[in-house]
Amino acid sequence: MRVLLFASYADALGAPSIDVALPAGGTVDDLVRAVRALPGARSVPPQPLVAVNLAYASGDRVLADGDEVALIPPVAGG
Amino acid sequence: MHAALRHGPLDVAGVLARVARDGAGASSVFVGTVREQHLGRPVVRIDYEGYEPMAAAELTGVAREVAARYPETCVAVEHRLGTLGVGEASVVIAVSHAHRGPAIAACAETIELLKRRVPIWKREHFADGTVDWVDPTASSAVGAESAA
Repeated sequence: MRVLLFASYADALGAPSIDVALPAGGTVDDLVRAVRALPGARSVPPQPLVAVNLAYASGDRVLADGDEVALIPPVAGG
Repeated sequence: MHAALRHGPLDVAGVLARVARDGAGASSVFVGTVREQHLGRPVVRIDYEGYEPMAAAELTGVAREVAARYPETCVAVEHRLGTLGVGEASVVIAVSHAHRGPAIAACAETIELLKRRVPIWKREHFADGTVDWVDPTASSAVGAESAA
């Protein structure tokens, strides 16, 4: 599954997106665990903000093929 | 209600004009600008990056939510992305209402919700050549990020 990265997370993982293998029925929490296992992902906290299809999603959200998933670093607009 | 991301300079008067109504007795405007220092370190410019489709949606959601919470207000908000120098406006909010109380309160609430929810990030370029992403949740920044 393609995961979009931004700002400090993109810098940490060295790319604006990464592909993560996720079994069918996998959740946002499963995806975060997979990302945090990657080299460079230490700055990603255990429960980062995650967006699914442009809206914030909870950890138990089940992901489906075609979902647009993004890890959201602490926001700092304004 | 008006909400937009911009890639060029913001037009404060233009955003204010969007909330002009004959029934309005008050308009409140908030302008967030790039500050010359962060925690005492001189800043020369800031890059604003957004998850653009979601940032646009959240910005619209914030404006709608504020307009619903303060009936009869008219809310307009624009946020700039890209590289901004010291003193340049990064965000402009205008709210009008028949009376000043709701206009000022709704304007203040809009910037607070925006800073909490809209997926936009800023990378500060310091005078010493270093760069750093602003993390309002970092312990060193608690209480130091009250300005936009």
